[in-house]
Amino acid sequence: MSHPPRRRAARLLVPLIAASLLAAACGGGESTPAPGAASGSAAAPAEPVKLTVALFSDFHYGPLYEEFKKTHPNVEITERRAQFNDHHNNLVTQVATGAGAADVVAVEGGFIATFREVADKFHNLNDYGLNSRQSEYLDWKWQLGLSKDGSQLIGLGTDVGGLAMCYRPDLFKEAGLPTNRDEVSALWPTWEQYVEAGKKFVAAGGKAAFTDGPGEHFRAMVEQAPVGFYDTSDKVVVGSNPDVRKAWDVAVSMIQNKLSGKLTAFTPEWTTGIAKGTFATMVCPAWKTGVIKDQKPGEGTWDIAAVPGGGGNQGGTHLLAPKQGKHPKEAAELINFLTSKESQLTLWKDASALPSLPSLYEDPAVATFVNPYFGDAPIGKIFTDAAKALKPQYTGPKSGDVNVAMGNGLGRIELQGQDPEEAWKQAVADSEKIK
Amino acid sequence: MATRAPERAAPPRRPGGKRRLTGRHWRHAVDVKASPYAYVAPFFLLFCAFGLFPIGYTLWVSLHEWTLLDDEHTFVGLENFRVLLADSYFWNATFNTLSIGLLSMLPQLLLALWLAHLLNRPLRAQNFFRITLLLPNVTSVVAVVVIFSQIFGRDFGLINWVITSFGFDGIAWRDGTLSSHVAISTMIMWRWTGYNALILLAAMQAVPRELYEAATIDGASSFTQLRKVTVPMIRPTIAFVVITSTIGSMQIFAEPLLFGAYTLTGGQDRQYQTLSLFFYENYMRLDFGFSSAISWMIFVFILIIAGINYLLTNRMKGSIR
Repeated sequence: MSHPPRRRAARLLVPLIAASLLAAACGGGESTPAPGAASGSAAAPAEPVKLTVALFSDFHYGPLYEEFKKTHPNVEITERRAQFNDHHNNLVTQVATGAGAADVVAVEGGFIATFREVADKFHNLNDYGLNSRQSEYLDWKWQLGLSKDGSQLIGLGTDVGGLAMCYRPDLFKEAGLPTNRDEVSALWPTWEQYVEAGKKFVAAGGKAAFTDGPGEHFRAMVEQAPVGFYDTSDKVVVGSNPDVRKAWDVAVSMIQNKLSGKLTAFTPEWTTGIAKGTFATMVCPAWKTGVIKDQKPGEGTWDIAAVPGGGGNQGGTHLLAPKQGKHPKEAAELINFLTSKESQLTLWKDASALPSLPSLYEDPAVATFVNPYFGDAPIGKIFTDAAKALKPQYTGPKSGDVNVAMGNGLGRIELQGQDPEEAWKQAVADSEKIK
Repeated sequence: MATRAPERAAPPRRPGGKRRLTGRHWRHAVDVKASPYAYVAPFFLLFCAFGLFPIGYTLWVSLHEWTLLDDEHTFVGLENFRVLLADSYFWNATFNTLSIGLLSMLPQLLLALWLAHLLNRPLRAQNFFRITLLLPNVTSVVAVVVIFSQIFGRDFGLINWVITSFGFDGIAWRDGTLSSHVAISTMIMWRWTGYNALILLAAMQAVPRELYEAATIDGASSFTQLRKVTVPMIRPTIAFVVITSTIGSMQIFAEPLLFGAYTLTGGQDRQYQTLSLFFYENYMRLDFGFSSAISWMIFVFILIIAGINYLLTNRMKGSIR
């Protein structure tokens, strides 16, 4: 008999509870107190400080944090990691909305230009005396950490991605080309000579292609020029910069001489091709050695020679401190510590991260390092030589997108048979549309 | 319900009854009137927060020059839409979306009908087969695309291996417009055919058995029964399947993105860039004003398609009656 009222109460209660839970869930965001709002006074030394560090992979920072805590016993460090693209997209959102960013964030080379645009959203590390480190750095790497007008220092570089040319000695031998890495490097001091070597390779009539596709070569050539896709006022100058056109023409000649295997990086054919030997050379930033190894082509199958045109870089990271962080002093000190000479040497040994401080390139741990998987190639020397030889070039905000537009143009010539001149016009138009 | 409520509420309105209202009656009145709203409130609150508001706000954003990292948002009116409608890449993406949609939907529907028809008869291990139908659908789309990208590979793909072993040239699936559309449609068909077959099967089971018995006595073959009995009887369900898969095909995204190894342009020539991928490309450039205009155009396209479907379905219903 007592059922009906109880049921009625339940009928009334359940939705009310649901509604109030919902309201609580929605209101939750507003009632969170601002973290560390009271800790403005940096003078009190014993005050505990919590720092978060946001990275896009394992940087092997763990032991370094412990080291840092010895001099900063009041600092507690938490690290969070996200997948590469997610990490950077999250950071854009966090910077735009002014909430949720970590105290120290890693920004990779492909994204640094985006954040230099909004330098005022980051702490100026000059205020914490870090401009004293300028003399230690590779010049171009240092420039990447400055705001557009150069007045603010928003980030300090960690590693760089020196550029080399990976090649397969077995396929070179079949085609009658030299196989020793020094002789191979001597084959192509310039990109034109690289194309000549390719023609010889093709003339020998082997089944494999000389290289994967022209896109990465084009990018490397443009990055070696004094001016790239942008001028210093952030205008896209693809159509008027003769160096871009020159790089394009060399890339087109690679296609027309059938040097290319018509492959796009990271497609299944490309990754399988690394192991199966469908192409004999590819442009190789330091980190691509890991990609090659993952495909298990076998020890000594791939070797590493110098990149034509003298030097180059792809990738590499900076550490930044978003302005929403409440402990800029400690964050700056942590950045300074993580990018210091000692730390960079440790990270080279632990994580194969190529240092961005040229004085380390003389260190035996870097200079004499050989990789047995690549026929004992002295990768420390090859990649740091490439990084040293690179001249600083101004990187515009959307260089990555311009590069995709240009690469697509080359792809259309190669894969859809578009006329090179038409492809050029379309690629330039596409690039200039990017804002 | 609506007509009864005032009658019930009437007695307390009398002057003498007012004091009584404070007791159980009041609670009862509140219960009757308010709780239905409370029941549906969670959905509507969520819908407003995550459905209605974003749609409206997107429209607002689309009327501005709006990049995420910029604090200034200048009002530009319909400029974004003007640029968008003049953009040949937008129409290219529209064509690709429709083409992939049609290429996947028609064979998918026929195949689903056929599968459902096969399962709609006494069969050993019936549940096993029905569960099998759903398996491709519960597989992660990433896994499906990765496997199919291997199968459709140019140099080492299974299909090209078969083709070349007969002495023909292999097909560069990714590079052609039609070939890439076929490859992507295949992935979509793989995932959704079984799902649609189950929906059709459910409808088929509601078709009276007598009709089939009569048809069998009249000497109709299995195929004739499918054509002349089953299909006319389940027309509304077929319409439903068509509507959901058209709307689904407007949102094809993961397949072309992963098929192109994460290139946002869907191939060098944008040969398989769908509308969603076109939107994502511009979104990744942080051009929020323009991408909002794209998403509104997608919304308009879906409205148009839903409208056409609605008209067609209405006509179909008429013909059944």
